[in-house]
Amino acid sequence: MAKVNEITEEEKEALSQYKNIWVFVEQTGGVAHSVSFELLTKARELANKLGCQVGAVSIGKSVSHLAEEAFKYGADKFYYIEEEVFKDYRTEPFRDALTKLVLKYKPEIFLIGATTQGRDLSGTVATELRTGLTADTTKQEIDPETGNLMMTRPTFGGSLMATIICPKNRPQMSTVRPGVFKAIPVEQPKAGEMIKEKTNITEDQIVKKILKKVVSSEGNINLGFYDVIVSGGKGMGNKENFHMIKELADLLGGTWAGSRKAVELGYVPQSRQVGQTGQTVHSKLYIACGISGAIQHLVGMQTSDIIISINTDGEAPIFDVSTYCIVEDAIKFIPKLIAELKEKNLTPVKK
Amino acid sequence: MHALVFIKQVPDASQVRVNYETGTLIREGVPAILNPFEAHAVEEAVRLREEYGGKVSVITMGPPQATEALKECLSRGADNAYLLSDRVFAGSDTLATSYALYEGAKKIIELEGEVDLFFAGKQAIDGDTAQTGPGIATRFDMPLVTYLMKLDEVNIDKKEAVATRLTEFGQETLKVPLPAFFTVEETLNELSHAPLPWLIKAAQTEIKMLTGENVNLDREQCGLRHSPTKVKKAFTPEKRQRGETLTGSVEELTQKTSDILVPFLKKEK
Ligand SMILES: Cc1cc2nc3c(=O)[nH]c(=O)nc-3n(C[C@H](O)[C@H](O)[C@H](O)COP(=O)(O)OP(=O)(O)OC[C@H]3O[C@@H](n4cnc5c(N)ncnc54)[C@H](O)[C@@H]3O)c2cc1C
Ligand SMILES: Nc1ncnc2c1ncn2[C@@H]1O[C@H](COP(=O)(O)O)[C@@H](O)[C@H]1O
Repeated sequence: MAKVNEITEEEKEALSQYKNIWVFVEQTGGVAHSVSFELLTKARELANKLGCQVGAVSIGKSVSHLAEEAFKYGADKFYYIEEEVFKDYRTEPFRDALTKLVLKYKPEIFLIGATTQGRDLSGTVATELRTGLTADTTKQEIDPETGNLMMTRPTFGGSLMATIICPKNRPQMSTVRPGVFKAIPVEQPKAGEMIKEKTNITEDQIVKKILKKVVSSEGNINLGFYDVIVSGGKGMGNKENFHMIKELADLLGGTWAGSRKAVELGYVPQSRQVGQTGQTVHSKLYIACGISGAIQHLVGMQTSDIIISINTDGEAPIFDVSTYCIVEDAIKFIPKLIAELKEKNLTPVKK
Repeated sequence: MHALVFIKQVPDASQVRVNYETGTLIREGVPAILNPFEAHAVEEAVRLREEYGGKVSVITMGPPQATEALKECLSRGADNAYLLSDRVFAGSDTLATSYALYEGAKKIIELEGEVDLFFAGKQAIDGDTAQTGPGIATRFDMPLVTYLMKLDEVNIDKKEAVATRLTEFGQETLKVPLPAFFTVEETLNELSHAPLPWLIKAAQTEIKMLTGENVNLDREQCGLRHSPTKVKKAFTPEKRQRGETLTGSVEELTQKTSDILVPFLKKEK
């Protein structure tokens, strides 16, 4: 009997048919989700190590215009399906179309954004392909010995990290949350190859119908876009006190956010929650005001460059990850800080 | 109406601490709880039963201790509880888990009759993968509605449901034929207190066992050996060091802090 991780010659042969790295370019109404470009950047880096190509794949009613952007972020090829039935995202037709493409072109690695759409899609596609899927990875590396993808992800709410491999099944699939990797355009983008595919899926085969769509502008704030985030927790006391959080954020050209407790208390909308069940951010500056620093919060912000925390409790765990620790009452301190900053902003600083 | 809820027992992740010296999780004294999302899934299923009649079944795959979580579901109003437990399942990843639960669910259908609505939590708080539900739905080739916020309408006779789910940009309302599979958000409903008769009935309800003996299993799809993903290593995240604690009077602190912030100031136009 072969050992769990041992690979037979036959298996090797089957695996070797799979080449190249694919990234799913998620779009809504023809606009790509930023996570797609973050993943393309990562895919380019991995492909350079493996010496293979990067394929971007997109499905929708009108997606061919996304190719240019995909090439800019390092794709060599753009595979796409443009059909009326794919106008809105629905699990089943997207699953079937994507599964077919994967079976036809056999990518070795397949990366998908861990958005609501990406999570919905990836689990069903991986099941159809009977391959492994590693969710919410924060690090992707190539094992120099085996060439396998090593995918690291937090578990137990961030208390533990696990490095996962998928040695015997292809593609090696994983999802990555928006904001985990940076999107960096390649230096000399090339016009890649466009490959148009067709399906024979018709509307009457799709049992799920969309009756209504509600777009809420609050629902789609992407905290990952901001260099500066001022975040408040339960310690801010009430919703009104978040005015100072917003004002400070505004002065610093950033945006505001909160902890889950602040969300539960109605101080902050869920769309602005940072942490395990909220968004992950890697801002240049993160200011935590009245946040204790539970592990589920830390996993969402602890890789920020500078962290400044204001908390009345000098032993609060948030200080363990902070660059600067301020043991003060945030509700009294922030207005003073704002006043001081406004003054400084008026006096021209020499460069 | 027959609803089947997939439930999981998890360690209370908010109470798990890390021993940075040994690089391990401190799990002693950490209570095992019903995954919070499933409490809402059971609540929804039980509300449907109260409205349309019928029954609610729950299933978990796990070790014998998972019985506790099943009992909680019974006291929340579920009618039948099944524990799917066998050594072959040890070390299953999500692909192998969804396979096992799919076979377990088929057995329940055989024993209890057709299921109209399948429910799972949005995600389990220990693994956080959110993959198991979509995996089971795919194996049944049944419409999937993830991130369920509201079941607007259920029509058992017409075998149809209207459901609202969360999307990246807001919400969407879908019409799906039944049977369908739903993974639920905590905002779906408010948990209610079970009336005393339910609690008494729950205490008297026996947990039914599903094993390799009575479930039709392809062993080539079960457990660690047949899970495509393997854990290569587990480690504690690198801990940042506590930085500088700013000291001085409040005036001095504001000075120091604003000096740090000056480079970030948005320039007045
Ligand atoms: C499955 C799961 C997922 C979770 N996901 C998330 C998540 O994504 N994001 C998240 O944030 N949490 C999450 N949590 C919750 C997390 O465990 C904590 O409960 C939460 O982060 C605490 O929020 P908080 O720091 O605002 O509140 P608290 O922990 O109550 O802390 C308030 C802090 O404010 C300080 N304070 C009080 N008054 C003042 C004042 N006047 N000035 C300054 N400081 C003051 C106190 O000293 C205290 O440290 C999750 C929990 C679970 C179980
Ligand atoms: N072992 C299990 N037994 C029953 N249901 C499960 C099990 N694992 C996961 N689930 C269900 O699938 C959901 C998502 O789990 P996960 O994919 O682990 O995040 C959970 O909320 C449960 O409803």
